[in-house]
Amino acid sequence: MAIKKFAVAAYDDEEVLFPAVKKVRSSGYKIHDIYTPFAVHGLDEAMGLKGTDLHIAGFIYGLCGTSTAVGFISWIFCSDWPIIYGGKPHFALPAWIPITFELTVLFAAVGMTLTFCYLNQIMPGVKKHVFHPRQSDDLFVMAIEINSHMSEQETTAFLKATGAKEVNVQMAEAGWWYGRWDKKEPYEALNAG
Amino acid sequence: MHIKYESFVREPLVDGDKDYHQVSEDIIKPIEGKPGRMWYVGFIFSVLLLGYGIFSVTWAVYWGLGTWGVNRTVGWGWDITNFVWWIGIGHAGTLISAILLLFRQGWRTGVNRAAEAMTIFAVMCAGQFPIFHMGRVWDGFWVLPLPNTRGTLWPNFDSPLLWDVFAISTYFTVSLLFWYSGLVPDFALIRDRAKTKFRKMAYGLASFGWTGTAKGWQRAEALWLVLAGLSTPLVLSVHTIVSFDFATSVIPGWHTTIFPPYFVAGAVFSGFAMVNTLLVLTRKILHLEEYITIGHLEAMNKIIVLTGSIVGVAYLTELFISWYSQSWGEMAAFQWRIMGPYWWSYWAMMTCNVVSPQLFWVKKLRRNVPFTFVMSIVVNIGMWFERFVIIVTSTYRDWVPGSWSYYSPTWPEVGFYLGTFGLFFTCYFLFAKYFPVVAVHEIKFILKTSGDNYKRGMEKIDNQSAEEFIHIATTHHDEEHLLEAPHH
Repeated sequence: MAIKKFAVAAYDDEEVLFPAVKKVRSSGYKIHDIYTPFAVHGLDEAMGLKGTDLHIAGFIYGLCGTSTAVGFISWIFCSDWPIIYGGKPHFALPAWIPITFELTVLFAAVGMTLTFCYLNQIMPGVKKHVFHPRQSDDLFVMAIEINSHMSEQETTAFLKATGAKEVNVQMAEAGWWYGRWDKKEPYEALNAG
Repeated sequence: MHIKYESFVREPLVDGDKDYHQVSEDIIKPIEGKPGRMWYVGFIFSVLLLGYGIFSVTWAVYWGLGTWGVNRTVGWGWDITNFVWWIGIGHAGTLISAILLLFRQGWRTGVNRAAEAMTIFAVMCAGQFPIFHMGRVWDGFWVLPLPNTRGTLWPNFDSPLLWDVFAISTYFTVSLLFWYSGLVPDFALIRDRAKTKFRKMAYGLASFGWTGTAKGWQRAEALWLVLAGLSTPLVLSVHTIVSFDFATSVIPGWHTTIFPPYFVAGAVFSGFAMVNTLLVLTRKILHLEEYITIGHLEAMNKIIVLTGSIVGVAYLTELFISWYSQSWGEMAAFQWRIMGPYWWSYWAMMTCNVVSPQLFWVKKLRRNVPFTFVMSIVVNIGMWFERFVIIVTSTYRDWVPGSWSYYSPTWPEVGFYLGTFGLFFTCYFLFAKYFPVVAVHEIKFILKTSGDNYKRGMEKIDNQSAEEFIHIATTHHDEEHLLEAPHH
C-alpha cells in the first residue's frame, strides 16, 4: 500500500449526501470510500457497490458444521466404539439432531464472523487512516483519490458545490497496517496545518 | 381530508431534541468521566460477593460435594436450580437482540446492548453450576469429545446432558460474537473521540480498526441479520435442550412433553424481568431516560404479562394432565407439590409467576417505574421457585418410600449462588462503565424516523391535505428516495 492524495468532503446530513454521491459519480469522479457513523441504507447502491455474499459463506460454513456433527458422531457410534445406550440403535439419528443443530449454528456464526473480519480487514491491532475524527460521530465523509491527471482545486471546488460542510486535501495511507492508535504515523506530518 | 403521516400509537423511541452528535455525547460521556460513588459501592460489593462465592466453591471442591445438602434421593438441588434460572434469564437478551430484530421492532434498539450483555454474563454464571456439580471438576474436560488414553472412550452423544454442553457453549459463543460485532463501531466512536493516550490505544485495539466504510456497514448488516436468524432457533433450542434434561427421564413431574415450550416461555419471562431490573437502575444512574424510555419498559412489561400467562397455562396444563393420565405416580407428585412439605415453594411460584404479573394489564402500572422494578424482582423470585419446584419436589419422594427425603441447602450452596450474583454484577458494572450501554450507531439509525424532534417535524405533513401530499410526492418523483425514510 502506498500513501496517496485524497480530496475529502464531510457532509452533515444523509439527505445532502445522497444527491452529492449522485453528482460526484455522474461527473466521472471515482469515490474511494464513504465513512458513516451508522449504516446508511441505500448508500451502497448509490455508490454502485455490489451486494455482499457473506450470507452464502455463512450457509456453506453451516453445512460444514452439519456434516462434521453427523459424520463424527456416526463414525464414533457405528464404527470406532459402538455402545448401546438406552436401547437405541447405534445409528440413532434423532438423538443427534440437537448436537447437529448446535454445530451447524456454531460453524456458521464463527465462520461468518471471521470471514467478516477478513473481508473488512479488521482485527485487534489493525490501524487505518481516519479522514475525519467525526466520521464515527455525526459526519458522512467522502474521500476521492486525486491522481496526477486531476486538479486539486477543481476537485475541492466541485465537492464544495455538492453541499459539503468541510472540504480538504489529505495525504493518507489507503490500506491498513499494524499500529497503535495513540501513536501518530510519520505520514500524518504531511497533513499538519 | 387529512392523513396521518405516522400512527400516533407509536410514541418516540428517543425523547428530547437530539441530533447525531448529541446521541454520541449522551451515551459516551459516562465512559469518559470518572464513575460516581454509587458505582464504586456497587462494584466493590459485587467483587466481595464474588470472592465469597469463590470461597464457597473452593470449600466444596476441596472437601467434596458432601458439603452440599444434596443426597441420594435429591441429587439435583440449588446447583441445577440456579443453572436453569440463570440460563433462562439469558434468553431475554437474545430475544431482544435477535427475534425482535427479525420482527423489525424499532424499540429493541434502546435496550438490546444491555440485554445482550446480560445474556452473556448470565450464561457465564449458569455455566458454573453444572461444572462444579460434576464434583471432580478437574475431570470436567471429559464432557468434550477429545481423544484420550481410555480407548478412546467418547462421551454419550445420545444424552441430553451432553446436548446441554454443546447447546450452552454454542449459545455463549454466538451471543458473544453478535454482541461484540455490534460493539465494534461504537468502540471506534470512543476511539475517535478519545483525548487521553490510554483510551485511544485501548479502544483502538477494541475497535479492530473499524472506520465505518460503506462496504463495511453493508457486510455488518448482512452479518447481524444472519446472526439474528441463527440465534433465534438457537435460543429456542437451548432451553428446549435444558428441558430435555428433565423431560427425557421417567420421573413423575419431569416426564412431560410440555416442557420445551413451557421452559422457553418461562425463560423469556424471567429474562425480561431481569432486563427491567437492570435497565431501571442503569437508565437512572447513567441518565439515559431519554433513550431507555418508559415506552421501552412498558413494551417489556407487556411481554412479561404475556409470557407469565403462558407459564400459568402451562402450570394448569400440568395439573390437568397429571389427573387426566390417571397415573398414580403423576397424581401423587402433583398432590405433594401443592400440599406436601414443599407446599410453600409451589405457592410462592404460583403467586409470583401467575398472579402478580396480571397486574400489568393496568396501563398505569406498566408505565410505573418503581412498580416495574419491584415486579421484576418478584418475577425472578417466582421463576427461581419454579425451577426449585420442578427439580426438588419431583425427586424428594421417589418410587421407594424408604428413600424419601427432604432437602435443604447448606452454606456452600447458598454461597455459590450468591457468588454468581457477584460474578454477574461485577461484569455488569464493568460493562456499564467501559462499554456504551446503548447501541449508539443503532440509535442514530432510527433517530430520524423515531426521534421525538423528527417526529414532531412530521406535523407539517400531517396537516397537509391528501391531495397536496400526493402532489408533492409526484412532482418530486425523480428525487423520491430523498423523501423516503430509511427502511428498517
